[in-house]
Amino acid sequence: MKKLKSSLVNMVVVLTAISVIAGGALAYINKITQDPIKAINAKNLQDGIKKVILGSVQGELQVEAPDSINESTVVYPTDKGVAVETVAGGFGGPLKVLVGFNEQGAIMGYTILATQETPGLGVKAETWFQKGQKGDIIGKNPGEKELAVSKDGGEVDAITASTITSRAFLGAVNAAYAAYKNRQEGGTADVASGATQSSRQENAEIPAASNDSINS
Amino acid sequence: MNNFKVLMNGIVKENPTFVLLLGMCPTLGTTSSALNGASMGLATTFVLICSNVVISLIKNLIPDMVRIPSFIVVIASFVTALQMCMQAFVPGIYASLGLFIPLIVVNCIILGRAEAFACKNGVFSSFFDGLGMGLGFTIALTVLGAVREILGTGHLFGWELYSENYGMLMFVLAPGAFIVLGYLIAIVNKLKKA
Repeated sequence: MKKLKSSLVNMVVVLTAISVIAGGALAYINKITQDPIKAINAKNLQDGIKKVILGSVQGELQVEAPDSINESTVVYPTDKGVAVETVAGGFGGPLKVLVGFNEQGAIMGYTILATQETPGLGVKAETWFQKGQKGDIIGKNPGEKELAVSKDGGEVDAITASTITSRAFLGAVNAAYAAYKNRQEGGTADVASGATQSSRQENAEIPAASNDSINS
Repeated sequence: MNNFKVLMNGIVKENPTFVLLLGMCPTLGTTSSALNGASMGLATTFVLICSNVVISLIKNLIPDMVRIPSFIVVIASFVTALQMCMQAFVPGIYASLGLFIPLIVVNCIILGRAEAFACKNGVFSSFFDGLGMGLGFTIALTVLGAVREILGTGHLFGWELYSENYGMLMFVLAPGAFIVLGYLIAIVNKLKKA
């Protein structure tokens, strides 16, 4: 077969035909893969909720209808506690965490749903803040004292060489608590930018904290 | 050129990573472990074979002046299909490769082979060219990932060789990628001369 000439008609027809065929094929594949992808995401979330709530309590878990506060914050009430999903800006990109709170507002457990932190450094957040680890936050109540790394005057040990990730993580936990608290009180106050706000506040507090130490 | 020669050409003589120095972005970005490197290489191999075969099949139907856009549409379709399938069926690997899967579209190895080989050769040679280039890329990425993983974390394919505490973290991070790649290219050049 001879090669088609580059006339305007040929070019338009060929490129359109290729695009239509490609589009059709992709639509078909999208249809096949849609359900498995949804199922996997839902399963990850379910596992996450189980992990953060049942970390300290045994038994079956009844998850109620989720309550979406905004794009990045979702509250999942259960019969044994409340799981809250929030996102904070980490070192390498968005850091999506799921935190479980009991009725008193103490942290029952957490898990990281999505992360783009540095391998070997920031990714340690998945284990670093768990029970018995160096930066243990389980059982702490962000309502009594907002969580902050020890560098910023807080009580939590930051991940070695990953202060930015640690700040982002604790910011997300604080934002999750704000959303949880808000829901408990039935309020509708603005928690939209909780994560970014609190991390900004933390940064702003650093010079203030060092001033204090100089004065004292 | 017979098909075996075409195959070996991609793996050894014109290895896309060590000899042609193509596709450096995914090479440096995804090879933080041997498994990541291997899966990235295999994903690229899949797209390379498919796009080479399809392009050599339709090469006479494509007018010369719109060949690049046509190639890109074909390649992008395969990449998107691959991305959706990986997300659905191997979510673990998809999570660790993340951003680099859609970027296979702009990997210059694939467009380069379409332009330099598939649009001038028959279907079978194009298939073997895609397979050879893909395997060459996969081997290079796996070796690079393995060296970085061993030096950086003390693991190989997730198996512990020595304690992670003695690993040199730098090799898992970006500078390690450049350093290891440089040494590997030097070794390959030395071996080729010998």
